[in-house]
Amino acid sequence: MKDWLMKSVVVTHSIGLHARPSVKFTKLAKGFSSAVEVARSLTGPWFNAKSIVKVMAIKAGKGSTLHLRARGSDAGDAITTLSGFVASEFDEDRTNAASG
Amino acid sequence: MNKKVGIVIVSHSLDIAKGTADMVRNMVGSAIPLAYCGGNSDGGLGTSIEKILTAIDEAWSDRGVAILVDLGGAETNSEMAVEMLPENRRGKVVVCNAPIVEGAVMAATEAWGGASLEEVKRTAEELSPQ
Repeated sequence: MKDWLMKSVVVTHSIGLHARPSVKFTKLAKGFSSAVEVARSLTGPWFNAKSIVKVMAIKAGKGSTLHLRARGSDAGDAITTLSGFVASEFDEDRTNAASG
Repeated sequence: MNKKVGIVIVSHSLDIAKGTADMVRNMVGSAIPLAYCGGNSDGGLGTSIEKILTAIDEAWSDRGVAILVDLGGAETNSEMAVEMLPENRRGKVVVCNAPIVEGAVMAATEAWGGASLEEVKRTAEELSPQ
């Protein structure tokens, strides 16, 4: 099994990862076949980024760091898209968002 | 034929049902079948089996329909509505034991991703106190 591809990104949005972006984040993650996980700390716990319940519970506020990791055939795209989504303050248009 | 599980929102209050549906549409989008109903047949607070049956019909998907309810009668009337469905539909409709607003958003997000009815129900119910 290949190693996880990882990237950390700081939440700069003023309210943080609130409800609506949590749904968008999950929808974006679901668009990839790779396993995608997210954590508040590099030591975990790691949560399935495709689980809306888990993502909604993260409640990452402004200034907090989100750690992303993905493993699978489209892991690179998944990391780029999701970290871009967070870095752009949840502007879906500025990421290579999956449609719908 | 819709390939995604449908969501029905049943509240005692039409305002709550509509507001919850608005949140689902706004957050998850229009790709999933969604219907809501609230109030009794006189337009007061309550629920009506007839209205629930209409909503199930509106949100119908061959993948199934998950119903989110608020309190007491919304649940029992939804269960009665399910029992009144034609036999070929009855097994494809479930009432979720979940908070109505949060459950509807979570269930709809899961349905959007193409999950099965069982997965949609389980996701909504992950929120319930164990």
